[in-house]
Order: sequence, then structure tokens, then C-alpha cells
Amino acid sequence: MLATAKPWRRLADQGFRGLTLGTGALLVFVLIGAAWFILREAWPSLRHYGFFSFLHVRWAPSEATASARQPNPYGIGQFIYGTVVTSALAMLIAVPISIGVALFVTQVCPQGLRRSLSALTDLLAAVPSVVYGFWGIFALLPALRPVARFCENTLSHVPLIGFFFKGPFFGFSYLAAAVVLAIMILPIITSIVREVFARVPVEQKEAAYALGATRWEMIRMAVLPYGRSGIFGASFIGLARAFGETIAVTMVIGNSVLRISTSILGQGATMASVIANEFTEANQPFHLRSLFVVASWLLLMTLVVNVAARLIINRSGRVGGANL
Amino acid sequence: MTSVLISTASRGRRTRDRAASALMAVSLLATLVPLIWVLAYVAAQGLKYLGPDFLTKTPPGNPSLSGGGFYNGIVGTLEIVGIAFVLAAPVGIGTAVYLVEFGRGRVANLIRFLSDVLVGIPSIVIGAFVYSFWVVRYGFSGFAGSIALAIVMLPIVARSSEEILRLVPDDLREASYALGVPRWRTIVSVVLPSAWAGITTGLMLAVARAAGETAPLLLTALGNDLFTEYNPRKRMTTLSLQIFGNAITGFRKAQSRAWTGALTLIALVLVLTLLARSLAARNDRALRRD
Repeated sequence: MLATAKPWRRLADQGFRGLTLGTGALLVFVLIGAAWFILREAWPSLRHYGFFSFLHVRWAPSEATASARQPNPYGIGQFIYGTVVTSALAMLIAVPISIGVALFVTQVCPQGLRRSLSALTDLLAAVPSVVYGFWGIFALLPALRPVARFCENTLSHVPLIGFFFKGPFFGFSYLAAAVVLAIMILPIITSIVREVFARVPVEQKEAAYALGATRWEMIRMAVLPYGRSGIFGASFIGLARAFGETIAVTMVIGNSVLRISTSILGQGATMASVIANEFTEANQPFHLRSLFVVASWLLLMTLVVNVAARLIINRSGRVGGANL
Repeated sequence: MTSVLISTASRGRRTRDRAASALMAVSLLATLVPLIWVLAYVAAQGLKYLGPDFLTKTPPGNPSLSGGGFYNGIVGTLEIVGIAFVLAAPVGIGTAVYLVEFGRGRVANLIRFLSDVLVGIPSIVIGAFVYSFWVVRYGFSGFAGSIALAIVMLPIVARSSEEILRLVPDDLREASYALGVPRWRTIVSVVLPSAWAGITTGLMLAVARAAGETAPLLLTALGNDLFTEYNPRKRMTTLSLQIFGNAITGFRKAQSRAWTGALTLIALVLVLTLLARSLAARNDRALRRD
């Protein structure tokens, strides 16, 4: 049909195609542009202090001067530690719960409840970050005291891992940040895992039942193996989200930047939180530049995790949804 | 059928089955408790100060004083998110049209993949990006905030619209071609209108997400607590920024304003989300009937 069309009509079609391609290309440019511009802002600090600021764990902008390079006042190791510890702890809490919820919704609960339960768990993702942070300060921190006391009194005496649970606990802590993060990534992981579980072929489930399996045995034989890569992919997406979550974490983590506090009961900062906290007040030499160094590393980390997640998920078939 | 089979299973296996179901129910509970806890807590705190003053006045110059409201934040949220919507919607929908109607092969796959990746880029990093290419030249402004939020919305709009456009049956397109309608007209007047409800759902979810964002706005719109700014070329505040700023002041009165702000923001976001979902559900049924 196109071959017989008048030339101007073909031109119009091609023009329209070009226009839509242009909008798609814009999306690609945004990503490339983000990396380029952020790195460009970070460059002077990277050149001045070197690439290894993640080996230093002291962030003391007031000690920075225009010329001195040693000791590096912009160490970011403690932020990477904070980001990794809070995110890992959040995953530890959220992933098993997400799998449980997804199994319950897709395999256990009555068909009629499925949609409304899914909608309810999805609502968790709709609550704004700043609200979680605010709620975290006033409702969650007091509620965490018993947990912290247990860590302090019991777990901190366990050999090898005891240092991880040392007191004192003042409320604002990695632990509080991790719990808030867990709540925030729960709905994201759940919605992906749920979709994967819902697509398990009925034949496989019935085959398991035909062998005399109980429901739990059927889940272990048919559902979980089928959903394994989906679970991995979803967890990675949750991890990337936890890496980058900013405001809620900033509000409950305590924002201590001078050193690493290794205990999860201690106060610290994450890469995202230090940017939010200091960005508009960065007035020391290389201060803002160094925050862009943090942003560069954060971008790199989330890119790597996201790309890995998408590759895993795409291999197990496309899963979509506006929540992702 | 299942229950008959279970009854033939040994006792230990039945116990394990029940324990597993119980654990799943507990995890559901562990999800619903924070949801209800957050909503109830914010509602209880927020309702205390909700009133006409809150919606029509700006905060007092001294944050420790009572009275005043977040009118400037509400204006800022509506304006900044509105402009972001205008920026993101055409680009997002255009991308979706390209992916569904024209895109084949490597370029389309790359765009699709990168839009998935872009969803996962932290919003604070997007804020830093907009700062480095816009704010360094033109200063903090509501418009810079809109650019940041548009980037947050863009991949959400693109991916959700793409999914909906894929559901439009090819018969519709072919019927239009058969009438001699050119391709671009077919897309604009046949494909897009029939997918409109679904696209709107994605747009609303994107707006809800953008309205709740705080981190990128800190780096772009900056905030402006004291007076109402309507000009998007100046620094502006939003509801989310005002909640953040007032929540961490340590003044009780400021915090009680922030709680009411949080309630307002949650209400705004939840209404949008629920509307979008019910629209999606209805649209889903309609498409299935076809």
C-alpha cells in the first residue's frame, strides 16, 4: 500500500516516524547526558584528590583547602558502607516477605481477593518518601527500641558478628533506615515476583498435584523453580531502589559523616543522603565537586545493578507495570 | 481436588504445608501493618491542624509560631508537576508510539532497555544532573524542578503507554489502512484514541510519583518557605519540600503543619493512584471484551 502512495504521503509518514524516534532518542540522551554532566562536575575533585576517595572514610569539608591534597577531607568510604549496609539489611527483610506475599496472593488466597490484595500491597509504593521519613522519625524510631535493646544485650556478645550490633542506640541509625527502606522496596519486589508467579504454567502445577504433592510441595516443585530468575531480577531492582532512596533515609539515619560507625545501631549516612543533606550548603573548596563524585559513584552502582536486573528479568520473559 | 489429595498426605507433610501457608499469611500481615500504620498515623496527626488556614496561608516567618499553612507549597506542587507533565507526556507517548508502531531491531531494543534502566536511576542523581546542566546556568527555579520531575516521569509514561498500545488490535490499524488513511493519521486518529484510557492511567501514576518526589527538587527548585511564588523562573517550594523542611526543624508548631502537609500530599497521591487503578481495571475489562 505504501508503494502506491503519493510521495508527500510517504514523506508525512516518514516525518512522523522521525518525530517519534526523536522522542525515543531523547530518552537515551537523558541517560548519557546525566552521566556526562555529573562526571564533568565531579572532574576537578577527582583530579585533585584522585580516584580513590572511597578508600578514605572521613568527610570533613571544613578541613578542605584549595591546595592541600593530603589527608583527603572528602573520603566517601563511609557513605558506600552506609548505602551497602542499609540496602543489604533492607533486602534481608524485604525479599522473604515479598516472596511470601506473592505466593499468598497468587497461590493461596481465594481468586476473588487477589486483585484487592494486590492493590493494597501496591499502595505501599504510592506513599511518598518524605512521608515515610517523617513517620519513621516519630513512629518507627520509638518502636525499634526493643529490637535495638535485643541487639545490644544479646547479639553484641556473639563472637565475630558482635561488633555489628554494638550500642549505644539513639534512635537515628542504620537500622531505622534499613527498616524504612525495606517497607519502601517491599511493594516493588512483590509486584514483579507476583507477576512471575502468576504465569507459572497450570500444567506444571497440576502435574505436581497429580503426583500427590501438598500445596507447599507443589510450590517448591513448580512455582519457585519457575520463578527463580524473576525473584533474582526483582531483588536487584529493589536493591537499586534502596541504593538511591534519599529523603526517607536522610531523615532517620542520623547523618554522621566523620567516620564509619560499623554497628547497625550507630548513626551514619548513605551516598544519597549526604548529597541531599549538604548539596545546597556546600561552600568549602571542592565541596560541591566532591558531592558530584558521590553522585557519580551512586549512578555507576545503580546502573550496574539495574542493567543486571533487567538482563535477568528480560531473559525470563518481559514483565511490565508502571510501578517498576 | 487439592484438599482430597492433601488428606492422603502424611501428617508431617500436612503440617509443613500448613506452616508454609501460615508463613505466607504472616508476610502479608507484615506488609499490611506498615501500610495501615503509616496511613493511620499521618491521618491522626494531620487532621489536628487541617483547616481553611492551612490551605490558604503561607507559614509564619518564625517557624516556632502557630498558624499559617502550606498554600505556597500546594501552588508549587501543582505548578511544577503540571509543567513536568507537559514536558514528559508528549515525549513519553511519542517514545511508546515509536516502539510499538515503527521500532524494530536494535534501536528499539536499546530505547526500551534504557527506559527500563532510567526508571531505576535514583531521583537524587537526576536532580544532580539537572543542577549540572540547567541550574548552574539559569539558577534555581521551579522550572528546573519541572525538568527533573519530567525525567522521573518519562520512562514511566513511555513504558506504560507502550504496553497499552501493544494491546490495540491490528484489525483496527488494517481497517484504517484499507480506507486509504496514511499511517500517521491512523496512529493519531485511530490507535491513540482507542488506547486513551490506558495511557491516561500511566500518566496519572507518573504524576502521582512526581508529586511525591522531594530529593530532586532540593537540588533544583530549592524551596521558598515564606511567600507564594507563582513565577516558575524563580525558586519555588512544593508540598514535599515544605514537609521535609518543617519536619526536621524541631519546632512543634512547624511539625504539626508538616503533618497536615503530609496528609494533604498522601491524599493527593492516593486519590490519583486509586483513580488510575480503577480506570485501568475498567479498561482491562473493556479490552478483554473486544
